[in-house]
Amino acid sequence: MAAYPRTTEATGVLGWIDERFPLLETWKAHMSEYYAPKNFNVWYYFGVLAMLVLVIQIVSGIFLTMHYKPDAELAFASVEYIMRDVPGGWFIRYMHSTGASAFFIVVYFHMFRGIMYGSYKGKRELVWLIGMALYLALMAEAFMGYMLPWGQMSFWGAQVIINLFQTIPVVGDGLSIWIRGDFVISDPTLNRLFAFHVAAVPLILVALVFVHIVALHTVGSNNPDGVEIKAIKDDKGIPLDGIPFHPYYTVHDIPAIVVFLMAFFAIIFFAPEMGGYFLEHANFEPANPLKTPKHIAPVWYFTPFYTVLRAVTLSPFMGTLAMFGAIIMLFLLPWLDRNPIKSWRYRNTAHMLNLAIFAAVFMILGYLGVKAVTPEYKELGVRMTEIYFLFFAVIFAHSKSENPGRYLIWFLVLAAAIIGIDFWRYNPDDAVSAGQIMWQWVWPIGYLALTLLLPLFLRGCNAEKTVPERVTS
Amino acid sequence: MSDSDSNTVNKGRRRMLIAATSVVGAVGTAAFATPLLISWMPSERAKAAGAPVEVNVSKVEPGQLLRVIWRGKPIWVVKRTDQMIADLPKNSALLVDPESAVATQQPDYAQNEGRARKPDMLVLIGICTHLGCSPTYRPELAPADLGANWKGGWYCPCHGSRFDLAGRVFKNVPAPTNLVVPPHFYKSDDVILIGEDGGAA
Ligand code: HEM
Ligand code: FES
Repeated sequence: MAAYPRTTEATGVLGWIDERFPLLETWKAHMSEYYAPKNFNVWYYFGVLAMLVLVIQIVSGIFLTMHYKPDAELAFASVEYIMRDVPGGWFIRYMHSTGASAFFIVVYFHMFRGIMYGSYKGKRELVWLIGMALYLALMAEAFMGYMLPWGQMSFWGAQVIINLFQTIPVVGDGLSIWIRGDFVISDPTLNRLFAFHVAAVPLILVALVFVHIVALHTVGSNNPDGVEIKAIKDDKGIPLDGIPFHPYYTVHDIPAIVVFLMAFFAIIFFAPEMGGYFLEHANFEPANPLKTPKHIAPVWYFTPFYTVLRAVTLSPFMGTLAMFGAIIMLFLLPWLDRNPIKSWRYRNTAHMLNLAIFAAVFMILGYLGVKAVTPEYKELGVRMTEIYFLFFAVIFAHSKSENPGRYLIWFLVLAAAIIGIDFWRYNPDDAVSAGQIMWQWVWPIGYLALTLLLPLFLRGCNAEKTVPERVTS
Repeated sequence: MSDSDSNTVNKGRRRMLIAATSVVGAVGTAAFATPLLISWMPSERAKAAGAPVEVNVSKVEPGQLLRVIWRGKPIWVVKRTDQMIADLPKNSALLVDPESAVATQQPDYAQNEGRARKPDMLVLIGICTHLGCSPTYRPELAPADLGANWKGGWYCPCHGSRFDLAGRVFKNVPAPTNLVVPPHFYKSDDVILIGEDGGAA
């Protein structure tokens, strides 16, 4: 911090402010003299887009709050009123509901970028952890928002999610009653979730975005090559591969924002319900505590975790643990992937396969979550859940590529665990499920073979490339 | 930093003051948080709801399911056909608790083959023992989506739990226990009172 009285190069109003507030200093540190790697690609747009969506949600949300009534008797009708009677109300509501889905699309791309380029490495663990906290807060925000229209999906979704807490041994019953404020989901539940949705969680989101950026700018951005640009600087101390964020990236981001908004408004005008994926059909019926809709599935962005919950049938608490565990594992990524090479561009083929399969498995889990449970899909859900968790062991095993013999040990241990679980699940009395177990084992075992045996037997698939000193292109 | 004497720090005293301030701060925080946290408990108004309800079952057809609400929860009254009753034992090998051994899931008088006071008349709380959805009534035999072994029962749309026509849960589904039979008794041949055991159980 500069000494006081502050001297400033600025004059006029700006100078007056700058003598009293570190305006130029902040602008320089985060914009005009923040040196970002010059080789950013499309994957680097999603952070800015996420901030844009946050602004859209806050603005549209504030205006919805002016017409919405957080009361179990009035909520559903007030949302209908917004849609039919409030001038422009439908537009505000569709901006908000489409914004929720857009938020998750953007955030999932943003997260996968981090995984591809190892952006949680090199003192960026905290950036990743804050990002995960943002993701959790976002899920909480979306869940509570979905409850507000008090339709059938709102009611039964809240029923299931709050009952997750009831599965906790000993304290569960009391805890879930405390959360609901009643013995069943009802008016007090709606009222308190409303308070969280419009005040508490948005404040947390904004605060987290702020520290996410501060932490990132302290360490400096990673890039598609995973090269630390601060390692090579010119005589003024400016990274040779860096360009000032403003004006280069601010201008560079504008076309991305325009393209995003074109898609966003196209959805609002032409497909605001997105065929039941952004706004589910059953939610156009008011909440009815006597009847769960025949086809129930959470909104698409929760479905991967929903499938994990359905797959683990050991006990409801274990299902809950598995579901939250699937999220917790992502928090641990910086400490599981210990390979010093950041970007997958320079890692071995097995690692690239591992990431590609993980992304595919996440999407299959998501697909299964919108489908009813048939024996095939049920078993597929179990198998994809297994691969989801195996991924974290395999990424740990890939931390060192010297001595590929270790891959064999990993393969044997992990395959034995999978087969052990199969033995324990196998019940000949239930011929249909047993038949499914007997062929769908190929998924996890095949996955392990591709990621662990392939680099062991095909040396080419284990070869890592040298990371260049300077970024490419 | 020159006049050293007056500036020497009494570390012990400083530590004591920090500790004392922290303790007072913690107590203050707890005192502030308590009213906020207890404000989440069910209010007296919420606790007051819960009177027993009466159901007249004289018009329920065999195979039909009647829904009523008790304490904010759906209650099902099902009149089972003779075929349905005859099929019940055939599920036993596939069930988690065919004998209704878990005592919390039904009153003593319903701890029998059909989990009912009268074999043809089943009364259940229509809330899945997994995470609380209300399962769908599927009385038909062997529909395509539920498989050839299906002898009628309930399918929970939320995570796929299955229950037979006595509300007993199948193995290998998320729900751990059978559906709950609420306290109930026959006030007369046609009228069931839900919410009370009716004295002698
Ligand atoms: C930050 C991210 C946010 C997300 C992901 C989000 C998500 C959602 C979702 C999914 C709904 C239900 C959509 C529907 O069925 O119409 C909803 C409704 C609502 N949200 Fe948000 N929201 C966010 C922020 C906000 C903010 C900041 C406010 C207000 C300050 C707000 C106020 C409301 C209101 C009043 C409703 C109920 C009206 C309605 O259902 O149409 N939201 N939100
Ligand atoms: S609530 Fe019925 S299966 Fe989960």
